[in-house]
Amino acid sequence: MESLTLMPALPEIFLAVIGMVLLMFGVFQGDASRHWMTWAVVASLVVAGVLVPQAADGRSLAFGGLFVTDAFAVFMKELALLGAALALIMATGFNERERIARFEFPILVLYATVGMMMMISANDLIALYVGLELQSLCLYVLAAFRRDTVRSSEAGLKYFVLGALSSGMLLYGASMIYGFAGTTRFDGLTEVLMGGDVGLGLVIGIVFLVAGLAFKVSAVPFHMWTPDVYEGAPTPVAAFFASAPKIAAMALFVRVMIEPLGGAAAEWRQIIVFISIASMLLGAFAAIWQTNIKRLLAYSSIGHMGYALIGLAAGTEEGVRGILVYLALYLPMVVGTFACVMGMRRQGRMVEGIEDLAGAARTNPGMALALAIFMFSMAGIPPLAGFFGKLYIFLPAIEAGLYTLAVIGVLSSVVAAYYYLRIVKLMYFDDPNEGFDRPMGRELSWILAATAVFTLFFFVSPEPLVGRAAAAASALFGG
Amino acid sequence: MEIGLAHYLTVAAILFALGIFGIFLNRKNVIIILMSIELMLLAVNINLVAFSAHLGDLVGQIFAMFVLGIAAAEAAIGLAILVVYFRNRGTIAVEDLNVMKG
Repeated sequence: MESLTLMPALPEIFLAVIGMVLLMFGVFQGDASRHWMTWAVVASLVVAGVLVPQAADGRSLAFGGLFVTDAFAVFMKELALLGAALALIMATGFNERERIARFEFPILVLYATVGMMMMISANDLIALYVGLELQSLCLYVLAAFRRDTVRSSEAGLKYFVLGALSSGMLLYGASMIYGFAGTTRFDGLTEVLMGGDVGLGLVIGIVFLVAGLAFKVSAVPFHMWTPDVYEGAPTPVAAFFASAPKIAAMALFVRVMIEPLGGAAAEWRQIIVFISIASMLLGAFAAIWQTNIKRLLAYSSIGHMGYALIGLAAGTEEGVRGILVYLALYLPMVVGTFACVMGMRRQGRMVEGIEDLAGAARTNPGMALALAIFMFSMAGIPPLAGFFGKLYIFLPAIEAGLYTLAVIGVLSSVVAAYYYLRIVKLMYFDDPNEGFDRPMGRELSWILAATAVFTLFFFVSPEPLVGRAAAAASALFGG
Repeated sequence: MEIGLAHYLTVAAILFALGIFGIFLNRKNVIIILMSIELMLLAVNINLVAFSAHLGDLVGQIFAMFVLGIAAAEAAIGLAILVVYFRNRGTIAVEDLNVMKG
Protein backbone atom coordinates (compact mmCIF):
# COMPACT_ATOMS: atom_id res chain seq x y z
CA MET A 1 0.00 0.00 0.00
CA GLU A 2 1.39 3.36 -0.99
CA SER A 3 1.79 6.04 1.59
CA LEU A 4 -0.94 8.67 1.46
CA THR A 5 0.89 11.10 3.69
CA LEU A 6 0.84 14.79 2.81
CA MET A 7 3.94 15.70 4.83
CA PRO A 8 6.36 15.93 1.87
CA ALA A 9 4.08 18.56 0.31
CA LEU A 10 3.94 20.64 3.51
CA PRO A 11 5.71 23.75 2.12
CA GLU A 12 3.41 23.86 -0.93
CA ILE A 13 0.27 23.37 1.17
CA PHE A 14 1.47 26.05 3.58
CA LEU A 15 2.08 28.54 0.77
CA ALA A 16 -1.23 27.79 -0.95
CA VAL A 17 -3.20 28.29 2.28
CA ILE A 18 -1.31 31.47 3.20
CA GLY A 19 -1.97 32.75 -0.31
CA MET A 20 -5.72 32.31 0.11
CA VAL A 21 -5.67 33.98 3.54
CA LEU A 22 -3.71 36.96 2.21
CA LEU A 23 -6.04 37.19 -0.77
CA MET A 24 -8.97 37.52 1.64
CA PHE A 25 -7.19 40.32 3.52
CA GLY A 26 -6.46 41.99 0.22
CA VAL A 27 -10.05 41.77 -0.93
CA PHE A 28 -11.45 43.26 2.28
CA GLN A 29 -8.78 45.90 2.89
CA GLY A 30 -8.35 46.89 -0.73
CA ASP A 31 -5.16 48.46 -1.98
CA ALA A 32 -4.32 49.76 1.49
CA SER A 33 -2.97 46.29 2.22
CA ARG A 34 -0.36 46.44 -0.54
CA HIS A 35 2.32 47.87 1.76
CA TRP A 36 2.48 44.97 4.15
CA MET A 37 1.37 42.35 1.63
CA THR A 38 4.77 42.12 -0.10
CA TRP A 39 6.55 41.62 3.19
CA ALA A 40 3.98 39.08 4.34
CA VAL A 41 4.55 37.09 1.15
CA VAL A 42 8.34 37.36 1.47
CA ALA A 43 8.04 36.14 5.06
CA SER A 44 5.92 33.15 3.95
CA LEU A 45 8.45 32.35 1.23
CA VAL A 46 11.16 32.36 3.89
CA VAL A 47 9.08 30.08 6.13
CA ALA A 48 8.52 27.76 3.17
CA GLY A 49 12.27 27.82 2.58
CA VAL A 50 12.75 26.59 6.16
CA LEU A 51 10.03 23.95 5.76
CA VAL A 52 11.39 22.56 2.47
CA PRO A 53 14.38 20.65 3.93
CA GLN A 54 12.26 19.54 6.92
CA ALA A 55 9.60 18.03 4.68
CA ALA A 56 12.08 15.86 2.79
CA ASP A 57 13.09 12.67 4.49
CA GLY A 58 15.31 11.02 1.95
CA ARG A 59 13.05 10.30 -1.02
CA SER A 60 9.45 10.58 0.09
CA LEU A 61 6.21 10.41 -1.88
CA ALA A 62 2.91 12.19 -1.29
CA PHE A 63 -0.55 12.15 -2.88
CA GLY A 64 -0.31 8.47 -3.69
CA GLY A 65 3.01 8.85 -5.46
CA LEU A 66 2.10 11.80 -7.68
CA PHE A 67 4.45 14.06 -5.78
CA VAL A 68 8.04 13.35 -4.82
CA THR A 69 10.46 15.17 -2.55
CA ASP A 70 14.15 14.34 -2.63
CA ALA A 71 17.48 16.15 -2.27
CA PHE A 72 17.20 17.36 -5.89
CA ALA A 73 13.78 18.87 -5.26
CA VAL A 74 14.97 20.53 -2.05
CA PHE A 75 17.92 22.15 -3.81
CA MET A 76 15.83 23.48 -6.69
CA LYS A 77 12.96 24.64 -4.49
CA GLU A 78 15.32 26.65 -2.31
CA LEU A 79 16.66 28.34 -5.44
CA ALA A 80 13.18 29.06 -6.80
CA LEU A 81 12.04 30.48 -3.45
CA LEU A 82 15.15 32.65 -3.25
CA GLY A 83 14.59 33.97 -6.77
CA ALA A 84 10.94 34.74 -6.08
CA ALA A 85 11.70 36.49 -2.79
CA LEU A 86 14.46 38.63 -4.31
CA ALA A 87 12.29 39.62 -7.28
CA LEU A 88 9.45 40.59 -4.93
CA ILE A 89 11.70 42.73 -2.75
CA MET A 90 13.09 44.47 -5.83
CA ALA A 91 9.58 45.12 -7.08
CA THR A 92 8.34 47.08 -4.04
CA GLY A 93 9.96 50.45 -4.75
CA PHE A 94 9.51 50.10 -8.51
CA ASN A 95 5.80 49.36 -8.36
CA GLU A 96 5.15 52.29 -6.03
CA ARG A 97 7.01 54.73 -8.28
CA GLU A 98 5.42 53.45 -11.46
CA ARG A 99 1.97 53.45 -9.84
CA ILE A 100 1.31 49.81 -10.53
CA ALA A 101 1.49 48.68 -6.90
CA ARG A 102 -1.53 46.49 -6.23
CA PHE A 103 -1.98 43.82 -3.60
CA GLU A 104 -2.43 41.11 -6.26
CA PHE A 105 1.17 41.37 -7.37
CA PRO A 106 2.84 39.54 -4.45
CA ILE A 107 0.03 36.98 -4.39
CA LEU A 108 0.48 36.18 -8.08
CA VAL A 109 4.20 35.72 -7.44
CA LEU A 110 3.34 33.48 -4.48
CA TYR A 111 1.07 31.23 -6.54
CA ALA A 112 3.54 31.15 -9.42
CA THR A 113 6.08 29.92 -6.87
CA VAL A 114 3.72 27.23 -5.62
CA GLY A 115 3.36 26.13 -9.24
CA MET A 116 7.11 26.00 -9.62
CA MET A 117 7.47 23.88 -6.50
CA MET A 118 4.80 21.52 -7.87
CA MET A 119 6.73 21.26 -11.14
CA ILE A 120 9.99 20.54 -9.35
CA SER A 121 8.33 17.78 -7.30
CA ALA A 122 6.14 16.32 -10.03
CA ASN A 123 6.29 12.53 -10.22
CA ASP A 124 3.48 12.05 -12.72
CA LEU A 125 2.50 13.60 -16.05
CA ILE A 126 -0.73 14.98 -14.54
CA ALA A 127 1.13 16.62 -11.64
CA LEU A 128 3.63 17.98 -14.14
CA TYR A 129 0.90 19.58 -16.22
CA VAL A 130 -1.04 21.02 -13.29
CA GLY A 131 2.09 22.53 -11.71
CA LEU A 132 3.22 23.96 -15.02
CA GLU A 133 -0.14 25.59 -15.68
CA LEU A 134 -0.42 27.01 -12.15
CA GLN A 135 2.92 28.67 -12.77
CA SER A 136 2.19 29.80 -16.32
CA LEU A 137 -1.27 31.25 -15.67
CA CYS A 138 0.18 33.48 -12.93
CA LEU A 139 3.07 34.51 -15.16
CA TYR A 140 0.78 35.52 -18.05
CA VAL A 141 -1.02 37.93 -15.73
CA LEU A 142 2.24 39.25 -14.28
CA ALA A 143 3.60 40.00 -17.76
CA ALA A 144 0.55 42.14 -18.48
CA PHE A 145 0.57 43.68 -15.01
CA ARG A 146 1.16 47.24 -16.17
CA ARG A 147 -2.23 47.09 -17.74
CA ASP A 148 -2.47 50.71 -18.92
CA THR A 149 0.40 50.44 -21.41
CA VAL A 150 0.35 48.81 -24.84
CA ARG A 151 3.77 47.23 -24.40
CA SER A 152 3.01 45.37 -21.20
CA SER A 153 -0.37 44.10 -22.39
CA GLU A 154 1.16 43.08 -25.72
CA ALA A 155 3.88 41.22 -23.82
CA GLY A 156 1.20 39.43 -21.81
CA LEU A 157 -0.78 38.55 -24.93
CA LYS A 158 2.25 37.21 -26.80
CA TYR A 159 3.39 35.23 -23.78
CA PHE A 160 -0.10 33.81 -23.36
CA VAL A 161 -0.54 32.72 -26.97
CA LEU A 162 2.87 31.10 -27.28
CA GLY A 163 2.69 29.68 -23.76
CA ALA A 164 -0.66 28.07 -24.45
CA LEU A 165 0.71 26.66 -27.73
CA SER A 166 3.62 25.10 -25.87
CA SER A 167 1.33 23.71 -23.18
CA GLY A 168 -0.73 22.14 -25.95
CA MET A 169 2.32 20.49 -27.47
CA LEU A 170 3.48 19.28 -24.08
CA LEU A 171 0.05 17.81 -23.43
CA TYR A 172 -0.10 16.10 -26.81
CA GLY A 173 3.27 14.55 -26.00
CA ALA A 174 2.02 13.52 -22.57
CA SER A 175 -1.07 11.89 -24.10
CA MET A 176 1.05 9.91 -26.58
CA ILE A 177 3.40 8.78 -23.82
CA TYR A 178 0.44 7.74 -21.70
CA GLY A 179 -1.10 5.81 -24.57
CA PHE A 180 1.99 3.93 -25.63
CA ALA A 181 3.49 3.34 -22.19
CA GLY A 182 0.15 2.71 -20.45
CA THR A 183 0.95 4.87 -17.44
CA THR A 184 1.44 8.50 -16.47
CA ARG A 185 3.54 7.70 -13.40
CA PHE A 186 7.24 8.51 -13.68
CA ASP A 187 8.34 5.33 -11.92
CA GLY A 188 6.06 3.31 -14.19
CA LEU A 189 7.53 5.01 -17.26
CA THR A 190 11.03 4.22 -16.01
CA GLU A 191 10.13 0.52 -15.92
CA VAL A 192 8.53 0.56 -19.37
CA LEU A 193 11.49 2.32 -20.96
CA MET A 194 14.01 0.06 -19.23
CA GLY A 195 12.47 -2.84 -21.11
CA GLY A 196 14.41 -2.15 -24.31
CA ASP A 197 13.19 -0.74 -27.60
CA VAL A 198 11.16 2.44 -27.70
CA GLY A 199 8.26 2.41 -30.15
CA LEU A 200 7.49 5.13 -32.67
CA GLY A 201 4.49 6.39 -30.68
CA LEU A 202 6.64 6.92 -27.62
CA VAL A 203 9.28 8.73 -29.64
CA ILE A 204 6.63 11.11 -31.04
CA GLY A 205 5.40 11.69 -27.50
CA ILE A 206 8.90 12.40 -26.22
CA VAL A 207 9.57 14.87 -29.05
CA PHE A 208 6.39 16.84 -28.31
CA LEU A 209 7.12 16.79 -24.58
CA VAL A 210 10.66 18.05 -25.14
CA ALA A 211 9.32 20.82 -27.41
CA GLY A 212 6.93 21.96 -24.68
CA LEU A 213 9.63 21.91 -22.02
CA ALA A 214 12.14 23.67 -24.29
CA PHE A 215 9.63 26.48 -24.66
CA LYS A 216 9.42 26.90 -20.91
CA VAL A 217 13.21 27.21 -20.54
CA SER A 218 13.18 29.43 -23.68
CA ALA A 219 15.61 27.29 -25.65
CA VAL A 220 15.95 27.79 -29.43
CA PRO A 221 13.82 27.15 -31.58
CA PHE A 222 11.12 27.98 -29.01
CA HIS A 223 12.68 31.20 -27.78
CA MET A 224 10.80 33.80 -29.84
CA TRP A 225 8.64 34.99 -26.95
CA THR A 226 11.55 35.80 -24.62
CA PRO A 227 12.86 39.17 -25.95
CA ASP A 228 9.39 40.65 -26.44
CA VAL A 229 8.16 39.54 -23.04
CA TYR A 230 11.26 40.78 -21.23
CA GLU A 231 11.07 44.12 -23.00
CA GLY A 232 7.36 44.66 -22.52
CA ALA A 233 6.88 43.33 -19.00
CA PRO A 234 7.62 45.63 -16.04
CA THR A 235 11.32 45.28 -15.12
CA PRO A 236 10.89 43.48 -11.77
CA VAL A 237 8.60 41.00 -13.54
CA ALA A 238 11.28 40.45 -16.18
CA ALA A 239 13.78 39.88 -13.35
CA PHE A 240 11.40 37.30 -11.90
CA PHE A 241 10.93 35.61 -15.32
CA ALA A 242 14.68 35.38 -15.78
CA SER A 243 15.29 33.73 -12.42
CA ALA A 244 12.80 31.48 -10.65
CA PRO A 245 10.65 30.11 -13.54
CA LYS A 246 13.78 29.28 -15.56
CA ILE A 247 15.14 27.33 -12.61
CA ALA A 248 11.89 25.46 -12.05
CA ALA A 249 11.48 24.66 -15.75
CA MET A 250 15.06 23.44 -15.97
CA ALA A 251 14.53 21.28 -12.86
CA LEU A 252 11.43 19.75 -14.44
CA PHE A 253 13.28 19.23 -17.72
CA VAL A 254 16.15 17.46 -15.95
CA ARG A 255 13.88 15.29 -13.84
CA VAL A 256 11.72 14.20 -16.78
CA MET A 257 14.68 13.44 -19.00
CA ILE A 258 16.79 11.61 -16.40
CA GLU A 259 14.18 9.75 -14.34
CA PRO A 260 11.28 8.50 -16.51
CA LEU A 261 12.85 9.00 -19.93
CA GLY A 262 16.36 7.96 -18.88
CA GLY A 263 15.90 4.65 -20.69
CA ALA A 264 15.32 6.48 -23.98
CA ALA A 265 18.46 8.62 -23.63
CA ALA A 266 19.71 7.49 -27.03
CA GLU A 267 16.56 8.89 -28.63
CA TRP A 268 16.52 12.29 -26.93
CA ARG A 269 20.23 13.05 -26.72
CA GLN A 270 20.53 14.44 -30.27
CA ILE A 271 17.51 16.71 -29.69
CA ILE A 272 19.06 18.17 -26.54
CA VAL A 273 22.45 18.59 -28.25
CA PHE A 274 20.75 20.43 -31.10
CA ILE A 275 18.71 22.82 -28.95
CA SER A 276 21.70 23.43 -26.71
CA ILE A 277 23.96 24.39 -29.64
CA ALA A 278 21.25 26.50 -31.27
CA SER A 279 20.51 28.35 -27.99
CA MET A 280 24.16 29.09 -27.31
CA LEU A 281 24.76 30.41 -30.82
CA LEU A 282 21.59 32.48 -30.98
CA GLY A 283 22.20 33.85 -27.47
CA ALA A 284 25.70 34.88 -28.53
CA PHE A 285 25.00 36.36 -31.96
CA ALA A 286 21.51 37.87 -31.73
CA ALA A 287 22.42 39.89 -28.62
CA ILE A 288 25.17 41.77 -30.42
CA TRP A 289 22.74 44.01 -32.31
CA GLN A 290 20.44 44.81 -29.42
CA THR A 291 20.08 48.38 -28.22
CA ASN A 292 17.67 47.70 -25.36
CA ILE A 293 19.28 46.29 -22.23
CA LYS A 294 16.27 44.10 -21.38
CA ARG A 295 16.27 42.53 -24.86
CA LEU A 296 19.99 41.96 -24.52
CA LEU A 297 19.46 40.21 -21.20
CA ALA A 298 16.72 38.10 -22.80
CA TYR A 299 19.13 36.83 -25.47
CA SER A 300 21.77 36.37 -22.80
CA SER A 301 19.35 34.21 -20.79
CA ILE A 302 18.64 32.12 -23.91
CA GLY A 303 22.39 31.56 -24.21
CA HIS A 304 22.70 30.66 -20.53
CA MET A 305 19.94 28.06 -20.85
CA GLY A 306 21.90 26.62 -23.80
CA TYR A 307 24.94 26.19 -21.56
CA ALA A 308 22.88 24.59 -18.81
CA LEU A 309 21.45 22.11 -21.36
CA ILE A 310 24.98 20.90 -22.12
CA GLY A 311 24.92 19.20 -18.73
CA LEU A 312 21.65 17.50 -19.63
CA ALA A 313 23.07 16.36 -22.98
CA ALA A 314 25.91 14.70 -21.07
CA GLY A 315 23.20 12.90 -19.10
CA THR A 316 25.58 11.88 -16.32
CA GLU A 317 25.49 12.58 -12.60
CA GLU A 318 28.34 15.08 -13.02
CA GLY A 319 26.40 16.75 -15.83
CA VAL A 320 23.36 17.24 -13.61
CA ARG A 321 25.60 18.51 -10.84
CA GLY A 322 26.97 21.01 -13.35
CA ILE A 323 23.43 22.21 -14.19
CA LEU A 324 22.63 22.70 -10.52
CA VAL A 325 25.82 24.65 -9.85
CA TYR A 326 25.26 26.69 -13.01
CA LEU A 327 21.71 27.63 -12.04
CA ALA A 328 22.69 28.44 -8.46
CA LEU A 329 25.37 30.82 -9.72
CA TYR A 330 23.20 32.20 -12.53
CA LEU A 331 20.44 33.25 -10.13
CA PRO A 332 22.38 35.93 -8.16
CA MET A 333 24.04 37.18 -11.35
CA VAL A 334 20.81 37.73 -13.21
CA VAL A 335 18.97 39.18 -10.20
CA GLY A 336 21.85 41.61 -9.61
CA THR A 337 21.95 42.62 -13.27
CA PHE A 338 18.25 43.37 -13.25
CA ALA A 339 18.71 45.37 -10.03
CA CYS A 340 21.16 47.52 -12.01
CA VAL A 341 18.66 47.88 -14.85
CA MET A 342 16.07 49.03 -12.33
CA GLY A 343 18.55 51.62 -11.10
CA MET A 344 18.66 53.14 -14.62
CA ARG A 345 16.27 55.98 -14.03
CA ARG A 346 16.58 59.60 -15.11
CA GLN A 347 14.37 62.32 -13.66
CA GLY A 348 12.03 59.66 -12.38
CA ARG A 349 11.66 57.87 -15.75
CA MET A 350 13.06 54.45 -16.60
CA VAL A 351 15.62 54.36 -19.40
CA GLU A 352 16.48 51.05 -21.03
CA GLY A 353 18.95 51.83 -23.82
CA ILE A 354 22.43 50.32 -23.59
CA GLU A 355 23.87 53.68 -24.66
CA ASP A 356 22.30 55.23 -21.58
CA LEU A 357 24.94 53.43 -19.52
CA ALA A 358 27.74 55.47 -21.09
CA GLY A 359 30.07 56.91 -18.49
CA ALA A 360 28.09 55.48 -15.60
CA ALA A 361 31.38 54.75 -13.83
CA ARG A 362 31.80 58.47 -13.19
CA THR A 363 28.21 59.37 -12.38
CA ASN A 364 27.16 56.21 -10.48
CA PRO A 365 30.40 54.40 -9.53
CA GLY A 366 28.85 51.83 -7.18
CA MET A 367 26.24 50.61 -9.64
CA ALA A 368 28.77 50.59 -12.50
CA LEU A 369 31.18 48.48 -10.47
CA ALA A 370 28.46 45.96 -9.60
CA LEU A 371 27.25 45.76 -13.21
CA ALA A 372 30.85 45.31 -14.39
CA ILE A 373 31.24 42.40 -11.96
CA PHE A 374 28.06 40.77 -13.29
CA MET A 375 29.08 41.29 -16.92
CA PHE A 376 32.54 39.81 -16.36
CA SER A 377 30.93 36.93 -14.49
CA MET A 378 28.39 36.26 -17.25
CA ALA A 379 31.20 36.32 -19.78
CA GLY A 380 32.83 33.57 -17.71
CA ILE A 381 36.02 35.33 -16.72
CA PRO A 382 37.85 33.72 -13.79
CA PRO A 383 37.76 33.93 -10.82
CA LEU A 384 34.16 35.20 -10.83
CA ALA A 385 31.21 32.91 -10.15
CA GLY A 386 30.16 32.59 -13.80
CA PHE A 387 33.49 30.95 -14.64
CA PHE A 388 32.85 28.14 -12.17
CA GLY A 389 29.38 27.61 -13.57
CA LYS A 390 30.82 27.09 -17.05
CA LEU A 391 33.67 24.95 -15.71
CA TYR A 392 31.32 22.51 -14.00
CA ILE A 393 29.24 22.33 -17.20
CA PHE A 394 32.04 21.83 -19.73
CA LEU A 395 34.05 19.23 -17.77
CA PRO A 396 31.29 16.55 -17.71
CA ALA A 397 30.56 17.23 -21.39
CA ILE A 398 34.18 16.45 -22.25
CA GLU A 399 34.14 13.38 -20.00
CA ALA A 400 31.01 12.18 -21.81
CA GLY A 401 32.80 12.60 -25.14
CA LEU A 402 30.70 15.52 -26.37
CA TYR A 403 33.70 17.39 -27.75
CA THR A 404 31.81 19.29 -30.48
CA LEU A 405 29.30 20.56 -27.96
CA ALA A 406 32.00 21.73 -25.54
CA VAL A 407 34.01 23.43 -28.31
CA ILE A 408 30.94 25.25 -29.66
CA GLY A 409 30.07 26.23 -26.09
CA VAL A 410 33.48 27.77 -25.46
CA LEU A 411 33.50 29.54 -28.84
CA SER A 412 30.03 31.01 -28.37
CA SER A 413 30.97 32.21 -24.89
CA VAL A 414 33.85 34.08 -26.52
CA VAL A 415 31.40 35.73 -28.94
CA ALA A 416 29.07 36.53 -26.04
CA ALA A 417 31.95 38.11 -24.14
CA TYR A 418 31.95 40.83 -26.83
CA TYR A 419 28.61 42.30 -25.82
CA TYR A 420 29.15 41.81 -22.11
CA LEU A 421 32.47 43.62 -22.29
CA ARG A 422 30.99 46.32 -24.52
CA ILE A 423 28.76 47.32 -21.60
CA VAL A 424 31.80 47.55 -19.33
CA LYS A 425 33.59 49.63 -21.97
CA LEU A 426 30.60 51.95 -22.30
CA MET A 427 30.45 52.49 -18.57
CA TYR A 428 34.16 53.03 -17.98
CA PHE A 429 35.59 54.61 -21.11
CA ASP A 430 32.81 56.62 -22.78
CA ASP A 431 31.82 60.19 -22.08
CA PRO A 432 29.24 60.38 -19.33
CA ASN A 433 25.59 61.02 -19.96
CA GLU A 434 23.53 62.78 -17.41
CA GLY A 435 23.78 60.57 -14.30
CA PHE A 436 21.07 58.26 -13.07
CA ASP A 437 18.81 59.31 -10.20
CA ARG A 438 20.22 58.66 -6.76
CA PRO A 439 19.65 57.05 -4.40
CA MET A 440 18.46 53.95 -6.23
CA GLY A 441 16.46 52.72 -3.25
CA ARG A 442 17.44 50.86 -0.12
CA GLU A 443 16.14 47.41 -1.12
CA LEU A 444 17.78 47.60 -4.53
CA SER A 445 21.15 48.67 -3.11
CA TRP A 446 21.13 45.85 -0.59
CA ILE A 447 20.29 43.22 -3.19
CA LEU A 448 22.85 44.67 -5.56
CA ALA A 449 25.57 44.63 -2.91
CA ALA A 450 24.76 41.10 -1.71
CA THR A 451 24.65 39.54 -5.18
CA ALA A 452 27.80 41.37 -6.30
CA VAL A 453 29.74 40.23 -3.23
CA PHE A 454 28.53 36.65 -3.76
CA THR A 455 29.52 36.69 -7.43
CA LEU A 456 32.91 38.22 -6.68
CA PHE A 457 33.90 36.04 -3.73
CA PHE A 458 32.30 32.73 -4.64
CA PHE A 459 35.73 31.32 -5.55
CA VAL A 460 36.85 31.58 -1.90
CA SER A 461 34.78 28.54 -0.91
CA PRO A 462 32.89 26.81 -3.71
CA GLU A 463 32.82 23.49 -1.81
CA PRO A 464 29.56 23.88 0.20
CA LEU A 465 27.48 24.70 -2.88
CA VAL A 466 29.16 22.13 -5.12
CA GLY A 467 28.82 19.50 -2.39
CA ARG A 468 25.10 20.16 -2.00
CA ALA A 469 24.66 20.12 -5.78
CA ALA A 470 26.47 16.78 -5.97
CA ALA A 471 24.20 15.31 -3.27
CA ALA A 472 21.14 16.64 -5.09
CA ALA A 473 22.30 15.21 -8.42
CA SER A 474 22.99 11.79 -6.93
CA ALA A 475 19.43 11.72 -5.55
CA LEU A 476 18.22 11.77 -9.16
CA PHE A 477 20.40 8.81 -10.07
CA GLY A 478 19.06 6.68 -7.22
CA GLY A 479 22.08 7.36 -4.98
CA MET B 1 -15.88 -1.03 -40.74
CA GLU B 2 -14.82 -1.22 -37.13
CA ILE B 3 -13.87 2.11 -35.55
CA GLY B 4 -10.64 1.42 -33.68
CA LEU B 5 -7.98 3.27 -31.75
CA ALA B 6 -6.18 4.33 -34.92
CA HIS B 7 -9.24 6.24 -36.16
CA TYR B 8 -9.52 8.21 -32.95
CA LEU B 9 -5.83 9.00 -33.00
CA THR B 10 -6.07 10.17 -36.60
CA VAL B 11 -8.98 12.48 -35.83
CA ALA B 12 -7.12 13.87 -32.84
CA ALA B 13 -3.95 14.37 -34.87
CA ILE B 14 -5.89 16.20 -37.60
CA LEU B 15 -7.61 18.46 -35.06
CA PHE B 16 -4.30 19.14 -33.32
CA ALA B 17 -2.62 20.04 -36.62
CA LEU B 18 -5.56 22.31 -37.48
CA GLY B 19 -5.08 24.05 -34.15
CA ILE B 20 -1.38 24.64 -34.78
CA PHE B 21 -1.99 25.89 -38.33
CA GLY B 22 -4.76 28.09 -37.02
CA ILE B 23 -2.27 29.83 -34.75
CA PHE B 24 0.42 30.33 -37.36
CA LEU B 25 -1.53 30.96 -40.56
CA ASN B 26 -4.22 33.18 -39.11
CA ARG B 27 -3.50 36.87 -39.80
CA LYS B 28 -6.84 38.27 -38.80
CA ASN B 29 -7.96 38.07 -35.24
CA VAL B 30 -6.58 37.02 -31.87
CA ILE B 31 -9.93 35.42 -30.97
CA ILE B 32 -9.26 32.85 -33.70
CA ILE B 33 -5.97 32.04 -31.96
CA LEU B 34 -7.85 31.41 -28.72
CA MET B 35 -10.19 29.07 -30.60
CA SER B 36 -7.22 27.26 -32.12
CA ILE B 37 -5.68 26.75 -28.68
CA GLU B 38 -8.97 25.29 -27.49
CA LEU B 39 -9.03 22.98 -30.52
CA MET B 40 -5.54 21.70 -29.67
CA LEU B 41 -6.48 20.95 -26.08
CA LEU B 42 -9.66 19.15 -27.15
CA ALA B 43 -7.67 17.07 -29.63
CA VAL B 44 -5.49 16.02 -26.72
CA ASN B 45 -8.61 15.08 -24.79
CA ILE B 46 -9.81 12.82 -27.61
CA ASN B 47 -6.40 11.19 -27.53
CA LEU B 48 -6.53 10.68 -23.77
CA VAL B 49 -10.04 9.27 -23.69
CA ALA B 50 -9.36 6.96 -26.65
CA PHE B 51 -6.22 5.63 -25.00
CA SER B 52 -8.06 5.30 -21.71
CA ALA B 53 -10.79 3.16 -23.31
CA HIS B 54 -8.25 1.15 -25.26
CA LEU B 55 -6.07 0.42 -22.23
CA GLY B 56 -9.01 -0.12 -19.86
CA ASP B 57 -7.36 2.36 -17.51
CA LEU B 58 -9.17 5.29 -15.87
CA VAL B 59 -6.15 7.58 -15.51
CA GLY B 60 -6.55 8.92 -19.02
CA GLN B 61 -10.10 10.09 -18.32
CA ILE B 62 -8.99 11.72 -15.08
CA PHE B 63 -6.26 13.47 -17.02
CA ALA B 64 -8.88 14.66 -19.52
CA MET B 65 -10.91 16.17 -16.65
CA PHE B 66 -7.86 18.10 -15.47
CA VAL B 67 -7.20 19.30 -19.00
CA LEU B 68 -10.80 20.51 -19.35
CA GLY B 69 -10.66 22.40 -16.08
CA ILE B 70 -7.33 24.05 -16.78
CA ALA B 71 -8.35 24.89 -20.36
CA ALA B 72 -11.28 26.84 -18.96
CA ALA B 73 -8.99 28.80 -16.64
CA GLU B 74 -6.59 29.39 -19.49
CA ALA B 75 -9.33 30.72 -21.77
CA ALA B 76 -10.54 33.06 -19.02
CA ILE B 77 -7.07 34.52 -18.51
CA GLY B 78 -6.47 34.77 -22.24
CA LEU B 79 -9.69 36.71 -22.78
CA ALA B 80 -8.91 38.98 -19.82
CA ILE B 81 -5.50 39.86 -21.24
CA LEU B 82 -7.09 40.37 -24.64
CA VAL B 83 -9.60 42.85 -23.18
CA VAL B 84 -6.78 44.78 -21.50
CA TYR B 85 -4.87 44.82 -24.77
CA PHE B 86 -7.91 46.04 -26.72
CA ARG B 87 -8.43 48.92 -24.29
CA ASN B 88 -4.89 50.14 -24.88
CA ARG B 89 -4.54 49.48 -28.58
CA GLY B 90 -8.08 49.66 -29.92
CA THR B 91 -7.61 46.62 -32.17
CA ILE B 92 -7.10 42.89 -31.81
CA ALA B 93 -5.80 42.15 -35.30
CA VAL B 94 -2.84 39.77 -35.24
CA GLU B 95 -0.80 41.91 -37.62
CA ASP B 96 -1.06 44.85 -35.20
CA LEU B 97 0.72 42.90 -32.46
CA ASN B 98 3.96 44.63 -33.40
CA VAL B 99 4.90 47.34 -30.92
CA MET B 100 7.96 45.32 -29.97
CA LYS B 101 10.14 43.77 -32.65
CA GLY B 102 13.62 42.43 -32.95
